Amino acid sequence: MKKDIILAGVGGQGILTIATILGQAALNRGWQLKQAEVHGMSQRGGDVQSHLRLSDGEIWSDLIPMGQADMILSVEPMEALRYLPYLHDEGWIITNSKPFKNIPNYPEEEAVYARIKAIKNHMLFDADEIAQEVKARRSMNIVVLGAAIAKLGFSRDEIEDSIKAIFARKGETIVEQNINALNAGIKL
Amino acid sequence: MLLGDEALAQGALDAGISGFYGYPGTPSTEIIEYVQKSRQAEAAGVHRTWSSNEKTAAETAIGMSYAGKRTMVTMKHVGLNVAADPFMNSALTGANGGLLITVADDPSMHSSQNEQDSRYYGHFAMMPVLEPSNQQECYDMAFYGFELSEKYHMPVMIRLTTRLSHSRSGVVRRNPLPQNEMKKPDDLFQFMLLPAVARRKYKHLIEMQKDFVMEAAKSPFNSFNLDAPDSSKGIITTGLGYNYLREVFGDQPIPYPVIKICQYPVPINEIHAMYDKCDSLYFFEEGMPILEEMIKGAAFKGQKPIHGRLDGTLSRDGELNPNKVAVALGMPDTIGQDIPEVVTGRPPALCVGCPHADSYLALNEAVKDYGRGHVFSDIGCYTLGFMPPYNAINSCVDMGASITMAKGAADSGLFPAIAVIGDSTFAHSGLTGLMDCLYDKSNVVIVILDNSTTGMTGGQDYTAFGKLEQICLGLGVEKEHIRTFVPFKKNFDEMVQIFKEEIAYEGVSVVIPIRECVQTLKRKHKLEAK
Repeated sequence: MKKDIILAGVGGQGILTIATILGQAALNRGWQLKQAEVHGMSQRGGDVQSHLRLSDGEIWSDLIPMGQADMILSVEPMEALRYLPYLHDEGWIITNSKPFKNIPNYPEEEAVYARIKAIKNHMLFDADEIAQEVKARRSMNIVVLGAAIAKLGFSRDEIEDSIKAIFARKGETIVEQNINALNAGIKL
Repeated sequence: MLLGDEALAQGALDAGISGFYGYPGTPSTEIIEYVQKSRQAEAAGVHRTWSSNEKTAAETAIGMSYAGKRTMVTMKHVGLNVAADPFMNSALTGANGGLLITVADDPSMHSSQNEQDSRYYGHFAMMPVLEPSNQQECYDMAFYGFELSEKYHMPVMIRLTTRLSHSRSGVVRRNPLPQNEMKKPDDLFQFMLLPAVARRKYKHLIEMQKDFVMEAAKSPFNSFNLDAPDSSKGIITTGLGYNYLREVFGDQPIPYPVIKICQYPVPINEIHAMYDKCDSLYFFEEGMPILEEMIKGAAFKGQKPIHGRLDGTLSRDGELNPNKVAVALGMPDTIGQDIPEVVTGRPPALCVGCPHADSYLALNEAVKDYGRGHVFSDIGCYTLGFMPPYNAINSCVDMGASITMAKGAADSGLFPAIAVIGDSTFAHSGLTGLMDCLYDKSNVVIVILDNSTTGMTGGQDYTAFGKLEQICLGLGVEKEHIRTFVPFKKNFDEMVQIFKEEIAYEGVSVVIPIRECVQTLKRKHKLEAK
């Protein structure tokens, strides 16, 4: 069993938190993990990505080979498309539809959405709005994660345990908000 | 789960290190950051504050080694240019306590101004080099490196690359070793590189080369599998190249002979054996084609094809990945759909509320009558002032070069000649350039952007913190030409006026905009809230 996931977004949007939660769930299963991150210049509002590889066997490369990712999980719609060369024909794009506009030439949103909808397996939803609805404004990334877990073969309990472990020191309210965000994502 | 950087740091802690020295630089920064947060390091009293620059860091580490303790100096690849003097000479002095010189290279220039390969420096200095291919090797090589260093009384280079430095995986730890006791070198000539001694030391270094090759031939990190069934291709990998090769073949055994190199100098006999056995050679090196060049250039007459970065089988620049390796071996490329045209670039930018932004807007206003091309800059977040909407700076070469380039241009008659340098960069390499300006009374304006941190690498402290004005005064800048202001929009007119006055002054002026980085400020507020 092996899951290769490209996490995408803009510096500061919380993709590494998604990686940590999934990674923890994989470790709890006794799986192996490699997680390549972007540090340095791009973290200043540039495009960032993380290659998350989970497997019950040995993992060699820190990078996912192009065309072999099972999923692009993105907190920003245009950033989801940036990693299309990595996606397998049968792979999923699961992305927040809320654009992050910190550049003057951000494309027409409808053009971005049309391109995402042209991918055979896709989910496109406003995770910012959903997070607001469940009063977890800052957990947009966890809504996106929630939408993905079934397709990655993780159960709700596994991810909840992992959220509890990771956010425990931040207090009960934060744990609760994140679990609400997760469940809102799972329902999508 | 540790980053490659962190695995190396933890390995060094467990291997009984007494001190880390370094200057922040992507992708090496997380080594010392990890140790700064480590309770184990705190309990063991391990030195772990930042140095002014890579040269002072390397020299301090050599001093700690002199006193018999294990130590590591860390830097990014271009930092080794700054530390080249102590680095090269440390191969002659050798080490007393174990000395590891860790250099993190950045092929593909994710966050750097070039992609030089530090293995050339290792070769140049005739020093053993270790190049881990995974996080576990990072950890293990700290132990192994100290052992090798103390066995031969020789510094050892550890070469990391971005993808390993910044990738996490599980690491199995060993029982920790105690630190060394303080102990002066047995031979008090050891660190005395007067020509007469240095000549003797150099002969000794040359003599040791065969031992270093022998160590690499039996290294647990190298492997020489020449017995594979298909000898049409022989494959030599270095560093991460091995992982990409294994990835390409997945669960299938690799049909070709494979040599994995993670310790140098390269055992040439084994490569000879592969050349004799195989019809062609393939080199997969993460970085520049140092082995390929060496083998192609000197050892063989070229009857058999040698493939790699030099003949175009692989791109000459940039990092490797599994797809490049597959295509080079004539296997199918799995690459997916192209990036859609609708996707536009999203380059890094100054943060919202960044003090540098306000400083640049005022500086642009002050120099607008002179046209563009008057502002030399340096290496840090503020280099992003090159981007629109600021378009404020015209150079970025190496740490400290803003001041000295402005001086050179002023000497040629360029007016105004303005240098923009960060506070941490000034502490790293700005002081000596400022002294040159003062010595010549050069007509320059030096802007030291004081955001009270080393911003680009994530907010580390630095040695000149809180002392910039005093330093400038002490070096001899006239008091009335050291000007400070707080870069906020509301102070725009005052800022422009100050820049204009100092441009008008014929001599050395220093302007210091002072306001803390919004990122470190945010982090402080968060901590306080807790």
